[in-house]
Amino acid sequence: MPAVSKGDGMRGLAVFISDIRNCKSKEAEIKRINKELANIRSKFKGDKALDGYSKKKYVCKLLFIFLLGHDIDFGHMEAVNLLSSNKYTEKQIGYLFISVLVNSNSELIRLINNAIKNDLSSRNPTFMCLALHCIANVGSREMAEAFAGEIPRILVAGDTMDSVKQSAALCLLRLYKTSPDLVLMGEWTSRVVHLLNDQHMGVVTAAISLITCLSQKNPDEFKTCVSLAVSRLSRDYTYYFVPAPWLSCKLLRLLQCYPPPEDGAVKGRLVECLETILNKAQEPPKSKKVQHSNAKNAILFEAISLIIHYDSEPNLLVRACNQLGQFLQHRETNLRYLALESMCTLASSEFSHEAVKTHIETVINALKTERDVSVRQRAADLLYAMCDRSNAKQIVAEMLSYLETADYSIREEMVLKVAILAEKYAVDYSWYVDTILNLIRIAGDYVSEEVWYRVIQIVINRDDVQGYAAKTVFEALQAPACHENMVKVGGYILGEFGNLIAGDPRSSPLVQFNLLHSKFHLCSVPTRALLLSAYIKFINLFPETKSTIQEVLRSDSQIRNSDVELQQRAVEYLKLSSIASTDVLATVLEEMPPFPERESSILAKLKKKKGPGAVSVNELEEGKREGGELNGGGERGADNSNMAASNASTPSPSADLLGLRAGPPVNAAAPSAGSLLVDVFSEAGANDDGFLRDLEPPTESSDSLLAEGPGDSDSAPPSVVSEDPAAPLPESNELLNKFVCKNNGVLFENQLLQIGIKSEYRQNLGRMYLFYGNKTSVQFLTFTTTVTCPGELQSHILFMCTFKKLNVQAKPVEPLIEGGAQVQQVINIECLGDFCDAPLLNIKFRYGGALQNFSLKLPVTINKFFQPTEMASNDFFQRWKQLSQPQQEAQKIFKASHGMDTEVIKAKLLGLGMALLENVDPNPENFVCAGVIQTKAQQVGSLLRLEPNSQAQMYRLTVRSSKDTVSQRLCELLAEQF
Amino acid sequence: MQFMLLFSRQGKLRLQKWYVPLADAQKKKISREVIQMVLARKPKMCSFLEWRDLKIVYKRYASLYFCCAVEDQENELITLEIIHRYVELLDKYFGSVCELDIIFNFEKAYYILDEFILGGEAQETSKKNVLKAIEQADMLQEEAETPRSVLEEIGLT
Repeated sequence: MPAVSKGDGMRGLAVFISDIRNCKSKEAEIKRINKELANIRSKFKGDKALDGYSKKKYVCKLLFIFLLGHDIDFGHMEAVNLLSSNKYTEKQIGYLFISVLVNSNSELIRLINNAIKNDLSSRNPTFMCLALHCIANVGSREMAEAFAGEIPRILVAGDTMDSVKQSAALCLLRLYKTSPDLVLMGEWTSRVVHLLNDQHMGVVTAAISLITCLSQKNPDEFKTCVSLAVSRLSRDYTYYFVPAPWLSCKLLRLLQCYPPPEDGAVKGRLVECLETILNKAQEPPKSKKVQHSNAKNAILFEAISLIIHYDSEPNLLVRACNQLGQFLQHRETNLRYLALESMCTLASSEFSHEAVKTHIETVINALKTERDVSVRQRAADLLYAMCDRSNAKQIVAEMLSYLETADYSIREEMVLKVAILAEKYAVDYSWYVDTILNLIRIAGDYVSEEVWYRVIQIVINRDDVQGYAAKTVFEALQAPACHENMVKVGGYILGEFGNLIAGDPRSSPLVQFNLLHSKFHLCSVPTRALLLSAYIKFINLFPETKSTIQEVLRSDSQIRNSDVELQQRAVEYLKLSSIASTDVLATVLEEMPPFPERESSILAKLKKKKGPGAVSVNELEEGKREGGELNGGGERGADNSNMAASNASTPSPSADLLGLRAGPPVNAAAPSAGSLLVDVFSEAGANDDGFLRDLEPPTESSDSLLAEGPGDSDSAPPSVVSEDPAAPLPESNELLNKFVCKNNGVLFENQLLQIGIKSEYRQNLGRMYLFYGNKTSVQFLTFTTTVTCPGELQSHILFMCTFKKLNVQAKPVEPLIEGGAQVQQVINIECLGDFCDAPLLNIKFRYGGALQNFSLKLPVTINKFFQPTEMASNDFFQRWKQLSQPQQEAQKIFKASHGMDTEVIKAKLLGLGMALLENVDPNPENFVCAGVIQTKAQQVGSLLRLEPNSQAQMYRLTVRSSKDTVSQRLCELLAEQF
Repeated sequence: MQFMLLFSRQGKLRLQKWYVPLADAQKKKISREVIQMVLARKPKMCSFLEWRDLKIVYKRYASLYFCCAVEDQENELITLEIIHRYVELLDKYFGSVCELDIIFNFEKAYYILDEFILGGEAQETSKKNVLKAIEQADMLQEEAETPRSVLEEIGLT
């Protein structure tokens, strides 16, 4: 037992702690603790009333036991008794216990709140502080309800002691963070802002934290704080030379809630302060202690953050960059880390981008030599941020070579970054192809699907690189052991473009086929399935390989394969190759058409991956903007002629495909890992890989495969089409999302027109009433509406794949709508199979001579055809387990975009159409649902589990259903709802 | 700041302060994870770590690690100095503080922390003011205590 024991000394407690420390084993410790717990329990229950001291001692022992990691389920009442003691130490222990072991028993809470109320009104500052500390430590909603009105009063009252003000400010901050709706500043706002002028440094320090938080939420109400903060900053920092690092940092942080001050004088003063801070960084240190330099540099980094936030003072930005450049080689690891981190944001400012680039060699060196992985990670982030066309080749090469030895934890992210840079700054696409194939070679395991999908997408869209790509993958496949991802890319590319290299006897069709087939047996089922599709494409490209390939398809290991998918492909491809004429084969197995332009799926993935070390979304947006400019505008040495040439050679996809400047991305939300498939192969639907699916006949009609003629078009009957219908409005996805969980409401509204919706669904049928309201006083003439089913339903490249999923029939609507009048339209909907894309509603009319033409998505989503299914816990988990194949599950983890109120979540889930199952999930916080989607062709059972994490404000959503496309689609739809 | 942990080189938690509401099980899980992560780091490495969407700032003093988890936009260096200021406060109060002082007087360590940081934000950065507040409380304590017998003290009555 140490000699030191200040103030009181609870000998009994010290003895107990010593005992515990002397325990030789965990068992002995538990035994000793149990003995003590029994003792305390009997004391608390005993007839003899305990005096305050004993109570305090026992409560303190319980606290110690709890902090050791054991559960404590009693003693709360005794602790609450201590709160009302007049003796300070007893009160103090009582409060400590309550703060640490928060209990939700409402009776106790009432007693606690009572005691707090008494102490707050005691006018004894020590007691008041204790009570405020307790509120701040617990911060529960009940406490907010009880005290949120009282504390602002204490904070601004003239006669409140400074120490109490400090506690009150931070106590209020804590309550505001947990229950912002209960903390209403209103009349107190201006007095709180003026605390920035308080004489007492501690009061200012505490108040700034509160003001900063409030300013973030209500910038307008608090904007007077800017000039006060600037004058405080110049006073405290510059003039008196008082190093008040905490205060200065908080002031600089507060200013980051606002744009640069508009008042010229205020701004001038602030710039002066920032310059002084930068100057001071150059001065020799006044002390050798690390605390001195930490304090000084803390302010410097906060000032640089503010300079970057303003992003309007080129001079300061460049100075900041130079200062950070010095830190890049500092002997303190901490400073090197922070300099790399801070420079990353400087790289995205147009004023300092060039200045950051001058440090490239130092950063590359850091990537190679830093001993701490977190510092290397920062260096990699910075290289990514400073990359542009001028240095892309160097940076990509360095990152690739680093990848060979990189830590496992950051490889996947590095791979994504290399892939993005290679794509973004590719001037010559052979370099791009080389880079990606190198990636697969070096870190094949970390190359996610998005990356290899993307290379294929680009090769398909750019015919100037196809021959090179075919040659390169052919060479890469020669390696005795090559990664399965390489086989996938190889299979796909040779299947499409193998003919481009077939002239060379060293890569003749049979050589290509044998090479691919030599890898076949080592590959997983999905890869083998892909290879089978490549083989059938070979039969079309090279009729001379037909017999060899048919032989392979006919072998027992294919045609009798235990895997259904492989067997089916073998059977169908064999049949297709033997009965179809060459013309039909050529049509079915035509080269893949260019993919639609859209945002790079890799970038979307990196954005989503907010794991350790992920570059912030903002930063990427910056990069994206810049990338667009570079590839599009070509200002910074972009090779214009080259780009123009390649544009000309491929008609539809412009350089934007690579410039990532795709207009409004169709999937505005970052798609989940699964739906990236949709992203890349959107036209093919979210089945396995679209390349294969396109070849795949609908299973229901496989025998009539060749009978189905191209004339069998399946678009919904349009009413009248005069001019081309407009593309759907950019907001139409958002509008669609609004109706996932509800059936009625206003679908759309602009200055002219309002469209209301009422809809009802039963089984696989639905009826929708649309109400078109003319908001003007003028007639709408030639009012026509057209409903079509877009995307996968019509525009299939391979006609055989198209089969109707949704039958939508719109009754004609009156061609004239009087001013202020409303007309109604009835739409009947029949769900034939599971579908992803909503039908499009095109609306055209003349308003005062001008033609109005726009399209919306009709809010028909797959979940509308749900029948709720009630089931017990056992059933649920049994079914859950039955749906355990990986593709049957879709999962998404996403940030809450609304409040996480349980009732609201429940209402939304019910609106979805599934049955909300109570008492199924062992964790009561979670929601599980079950339902069956009714389509004409089949029923699709679906299970759902939603796990909210209110702490992180995140959800994890898991959907399992018997059809993979349904799981994906539901997951996408629902992720937008919470 | 979201939480502060003090733990020994052996990974024993000596003090934990949470400024966000979390279930006990979650607290335990997070403590384990963070302790393990920090203990795995070598001496010359930098004091900052990214963890989930937070930053971990830590520093070792003798046998004890002081470790804070702060929000992403928080200033790392100033957090290091918050840790140092807390260590200075403990040192001044106990007089050359050692791990044992914190074990045996854990409640004091909590009181000092409450005076210094409240709701995750620095409340009073002046060393003098914090110690004055604690000493005043100790004075109140001494006046209040009445002497008791040794037997009673060690819990034998």
